[in-house]
Amino acid sequence: MEVLQDLAKTNVLKVQNYSKLSLQSITNIARGPRYMQDTLDQMDIIGVGSLPIVLLSGFFIGAVMVLQTGAQFIRFGQASLTGDIVSLALVRELGPSITGLLVAGRCSSGIASELGSMLVTEQVDAMRAMGTDPSRKLVTPRVLATLITLPLLTTISVFVGLLGGMVASVLSLRINATTFWERAIKILEFSDIMQGFMKTVVFAFIIATVGCYQGLNVRGGTQGVGRATTQAVVVASVLIIVSDTFLTKIALYLADKLF
Amino acid sequence: MALSPTATPTLPAIGEAAIEFNNVRLGFHEGEILRGITFSAQERETVILLGETGTGKTLLLKLASGLLRPDSGSIRVLGNDISGIPESQLLGIRREIGFVFQEGALFDSLTVGENVAYRLHEDGVDPDEIEPRVSEVLRFVELAHTFDLLPSELSGGMRRRVAIARALVTRPPIVLYDSPTAGLDPITSQTIISLILRLRDVYGVTSLLATHRLQDGFALANFHFDPRSKKVRRDSSPESSRAAPTRFLVLRAGKIYFEGSPDELMKSQDPYLQRFLI
Repeated sequence: MEVLQDLAKTNVLKVQNYSKLSLQSITNIARGPRYMQDTLDQMDIIGVGSLPIVLLSGFFIGAVMVLQTGAQFIRFGQASLTGDIVSLALVRELGPSITGLLVAGRCSSGIASELGSMLVTEQVDAMRAMGTDPSRKLVTPRVLATLITLPLLTTISVFVGLLGGMVASVLSLRINATTFWERAIKILEFSDIMQGFMKTVVFAFIIATVGCYQGLNVRGGTQGVGRATTQAVVVASVLIIVSDTFLTKIALYLADKLF
Repeated sequence: MALSPTATPTLPAIGEAAIEFNNVRLGFHEGEILRGITFSAQERETVILLGETGTGKTLLLKLASGLLRPDSGSIRVLGNDISGIPESQLLGIRREIGFVFQEGALFDSLTVGENVAYRLHEDGVDPDEIEPRVSEVLRFVELAHTFDLLPSELSGGMRRRVAIARALVTRPPIVLYDSPTAGLDPITSQTIISLILRLRDVYGVTSLLATHRLQDGFALANFHFDPRSKKVRRDSSPESSRAAPTRFLVLRAGKIYFEGSPDELMKSQDPYLQRFLI
């Protein structure tokens, strides 16, 4: 019983510390000092650095969706609907979640290992000893950079996904490229774009804060850094998938009420 | 700021406590590590924290800089009670303290020059002023040629010297040294100690120095830096001792086991202390 109590307490403490760090990362934006150069550096690492994998995977996800859905629509003589479905799926769901998961795999782990290494080599303590708040210098720039770059990456991913879909439609389903593109654009409503955008913002926040939290709470030297890195990817990915369900429900409700 | 050894900065007055620990206790999951620590370091005094590994020397330094909070008791630094104040206020007080970590704790993605300049950038010092100041402190630690190197390109001893340069670039009145000679060869250790001597005798900083090497403490007590001849010389005269007092504080099992001058430590017949003297 005592073991269970300790386990519960430890986990509640972790949630509390994570919430505190997350809140601090946002409230830091309101008050100085602000680290603009660090934010730009992180935008380069997170945004530009993730671009190749986002472009490559986006293109092929669009293409494979066309191949999978097109085959079904052809059976009902509705092959032209492929553009509608691919567009909706990419904007509402696949674009944000696949990009989120890819960036989580690349950046949550990167952030956790970088901050974890700094922690075990006392660089974080050195920073504090020199009068710098690590949450301002290390956490907020990474959170801001991810919040800015993930929606952009998702937009690029969706666009490239539609291109991939269009290429697959033309080559495999013999659908006219203009028809595919027109249907893909026409089907979209403002609420669809908002749903996708809302998800990317939440996913970005999860990716950065989970990475920072895991990195700044490393225990056990270099082995601990490895554990934190794995943990960061696992936790961020699971949180993205779980929150996606709730965000979809909220977005559909809001779309119904507001638009 | 002039950091050449010939400079004559205004030294703080002797007699005021720069650091005061009052019945400080600190424990972790494994139990209480520090048990009722009470001592003070006067302005310009060097307190040598001597003890075996695991006696809490580093913890004591981290408490003095506010990096850790005591479970009970109070800690005053430059007249401010730092044991209960929020982190935001502590950041300001820490700017008055230089901390030299055991392994240097240099930022490995920044060059030596950027490491040393870090605090100046944080303080918003005019960029034109930063480079000359950094070059000056690097010359002081005799590492001017390493300005553009990365910490990974330096030896262990050089990294410690850069850490000292980083700690003194803003001329803090207090410097905390965490085992600055641990793991270094005797010659490099001597270089580090003479650097600490120069820093003490030229700038009159108050220091806490954690070490398990008795010879470091005796070197600080018996040698002094002469700014005129720019040489370190043996001088254990009462005048020199008064100008730069050195005191030993031996930690054992989380408590202060001995507190006194180098002479008192030398003359002690206590079997535990004798083990350090052999």
